[in-house]
Amino acid sequence: MGPYILKRIFLMIPVLLGITILSFGVMKLAPGDPTSILTDLNPNMNKEAVERIRAHYGLDQPSYVQYFKWLKNMLVLDFGRSFASDNRPVIDKIVERIPITLLINVLSMILILIVAIPLGVMSAVKQNSLFDKGTTVFVFIGFAIPTFWLALLLMILFGVKLDWLPISGFRSLDYPSLSFFEKIFDVSKHLILPIFVSAFGGLAGMSRYMRSNMLEVIRQDYITTARAKGLDERTVIFKHALRNALLPVITLLGLSVPGLIGGSVIFETIFAIPGMGQLFYQAVMMRDYPTVMGILVIGAVLTLLGNLLADVMYSWADPRIRVSG
Amino acid sequence: MKAKVFLLAAILIFGISGCNKGEEGPAQARTDGTPVAQEDLKPAYGDMIIRGSIGDASVLLPILASDSGSFDITALIYNGLVRYDRDLRLIGELADRWEISDDKLTIRFFLRKDVKWQDGHPFTAKDVEYTYKAYVDPKTPTAYATDFLKVKEFRVLDPYTVEVTYNEVYAPALGSWGQGMLPSHLLEGKEITDSPLKREPVGTGPYRFREWKTQERIVLDSYHDYFEHRPYIDRVMTRIIPDPATMFLELKAGRIDQMGLSPLQYQRQTDSSWFRDNFRKYKYLAFGYAYLGYNLKDWKFQDKKVRQALTTAINRESIVEGVLLGLGQVAYTPYKPDTFWYNDNVKKFPYDPAKAKEMLAEAGWKDTDGDGILDKDGKPFEFTILTNQGNQLRERSATIVQRDLRKVGIRVKIRTVEWAAFLKNFINKRNFEACLLGWSIGIDPSQIDIWNSKKIGPSELNFVTYQNPEVDKLLDQGAAVYDPEKRKVFYDKFQEIIAEDQPYTFLYVSYALPIISARFHGIDPAPIGIGYNFIDWFVPKQLQKYHIEP
Repeated sequence: MGPYILKRIFLMIPVLLGITILSFGVMKLAPGDPTSILTDLNPNMNKEAVERIRAHYGLDQPSYVQYFKWLKNMLVLDFGRSFASDNRPVIDKIVERIPITLLINVLSMILILIVAIPLGVMSAVKQNSLFDKGTTVFVFIGFAIPTFWLALLLMILFGVKLDWLPISGFRSLDYPSLSFFEKIFDVSKHLILPIFVSAFGGLAGMSRYMRSNMLEVIRQDYITTARAKGLDERTVIFKHALRNALLPVITLLGLSVPGLIGGSVIFETIFAIPGMGQLFYQAVMMRDYPTVMGILVIGAVLTLLGNLLADVMYSWADPRIRVSG
Repeated sequence: MKAKVFLLAAILIFGISGCNKGEEGPAQARTDGTPVAQEDLKPAYGDMIIRGSIGDASVLLPILASDSGSFDITALIYNGLVRYDRDLRLIGELADRWEISDDKLTIRFFLRKDVKWQDGHPFTAKDVEYTYKAYVDPKTPTAYATDFLKVKEFRVLDPYTVEVTYNEVYAPALGSWGQGMLPSHLLEGKEITDSPLKREPVGTGPYRFREWKTQERIVLDSYHDYFEHRPYIDRVMTRIIPDPATMFLELKAGRIDQMGLSPLQYQRQTDSSWFRDNFRKYKYLAFGYAYLGYNLKDWKFQDKKVRQALTTAINRESIVEGVLLGLGQVAYTPYKPDTFWYNDNVKKFPYDPAKAKEMLAEAGWKDTDGDGILDKDGKPFEFTILTNQGNQLRERSATIVQRDLRKVGIRVKIRTVEWAAFLKNFINKRNFEACLLGWSIGIDPSQIDIWNSKKIGPSELNFVTYQNPEVDKLLDQGAAVYDPEKRKVFYDKFQEIIAEDQPYTFLYVSYALPIISARFHGIDPAPIGIGYNFIDWFVPKQLQKYHIEP
């Protein structure tokens, strides 16, 4: 197992390099550069001033020089400074947004698993029943409803009409003066709506996936065998079938690792949550190359690690596909 | 703000702009609805105002900032040597007074002696000198160097007197000293782009920095030793809520006190008695206008007669009605209608499709092949209006223009493009036929950068390539005179020529529509807007909502 993992990690290097070259290239193809926002159509800007600003960011050099400079810094984990006018280190900008993004994504992932797995299993066991059909309609409504619309409706109901929950943000104005448990309560209250809304949209995928896995598994011979042994239906479903049906979920979870730090722009915008989605979107719009590259690299690394993790977990959980060597 | 003309890319949240169009508000009432006797409404210290903003600030040093999110905050922290008062006249701020030499080339500023930085350090001529040097330093990535680069010599005469000499008489120079003064004792000898002051500013202004949670909120506390007087409102919190619909719900739930409304929210969603009891709405002309600009390099638009006909064919009243729900005015010149510089006595080309058709026929555009589209030399009259993505007002205006021009036999297509691509691929390369955009209008009337014949290079602002020697001369003359009455003569004439030439079809000036909780008193709309007397806003003791511990 050890050498296998090492080999996989070693193979990541060229892939990662390829990803950075592609991302950098694509980004450079987009029209405009970071100075456009500041200088274009700005009467206070003359040519010298524009050149001055371009030189300040190193944009007067050829693209490949810019890339290698960036790569050299990257090797020592220096993400550089943002080209936005705040000029802060990219790593600071990313780090201050990761906790809240991670918290929301992990909680909503857990919620999805808790709800979707039983839903999927039950739908499969009672295939084509009223419950199955009802569930299908329900999860697809969740899938189809625009996030922003559902969010606004819930905000009006719980935030304005009933006044039970806060509308936006993730902590109250008096947060610093609260005690530890009050703080937890405060953040939880703020996160109820965002997590519900994001989980509702994600239910469909996971529950349908679970349903089809389960359907496949319960047609297998060993399930027939289990039934023939005279085991009761509960044991057949939850002990023999469910375990096998859960295996592919590992892959899905591995692939969702990068998603845990990626945010959604629409969702974060509507709830005024300072997450990664907004940071990335604004960075792209401003052509803030170092920030875009920083986020992409972290995303790429997490994707590759997530894949590896999924493979390792899978072979650990399923002896049938254990890799030799 | 200090920028003379700035693209209308951002929404003005806090009133730096405005006019006396009045307010709609309730009779005084307590939060529980019982009326408050007039004599109780005395100014009192305390309480907090929570303002909603769709964008976070980027940097809190005015020299480096270029977004309205940052300026809304820095305006409360820093002072300039001069500022514009409620009626848009220049008055002293950090400078007590100033003298302009007889040849109009030299300005001598006499600084106030009672000003202290928020860290207790006295404010002196050294700070002015540092600020000037920082602006002209080639290493500073600032968007505001141009005015200061015109300075020939800067001298410190004594700790409270500075003198600047210009190469040529340049009237906008005085206003340029309204840029926020920077603390030399904290910045001198350090890289300004690395300064901690970018996120923890220290100024001389009425509010001092308290905390900034990125994309969440920025909190300022009143500076008790502010040289004018201690502001009444103890704390200003700006909450960043990127979605306007969410922001409106927060307003309804009472969790923010001030925001800028959209025309729809102003007309249809805030008309209940509950809103009238708890909020006051203000309405004043914003410092900006929208226009349809024609690429004068395009053969179709080279004839003045054609451009006049296009303007005549466009029903601008219906744009104001349909797009702004009546919350705006038709624009006829590039100046704000309620200001001193505006000249109402210009050609207006009122909506008249029949006349537009005649004018087009005179210019040679007739429907000879009977397909309903005008043509000339065998080519049909059709063109594309470009506008930037994400501005619904502009997209809707373009649609109305399309409908109106179709009526006179012109086929219009509309294309929206993402902002940076829009600038780089179309505007800067002059690769467009017509564009629907907006300019913000500066307080100073100089508009050389937009209309001068020479400002047509790549990335320069005269991207429609308007060239009129008479206009060039008038604008130069206007910038070389200090006396407003004398300046106005040049700008009046300039407006007449622009209205005659119609390089743009001026579309509309919209209203800024702030709404503010009714517990705030002392708000006094003026031509410059409502923010100018912010330190005099107050909440009477019995209406105060938040208790602020210092």
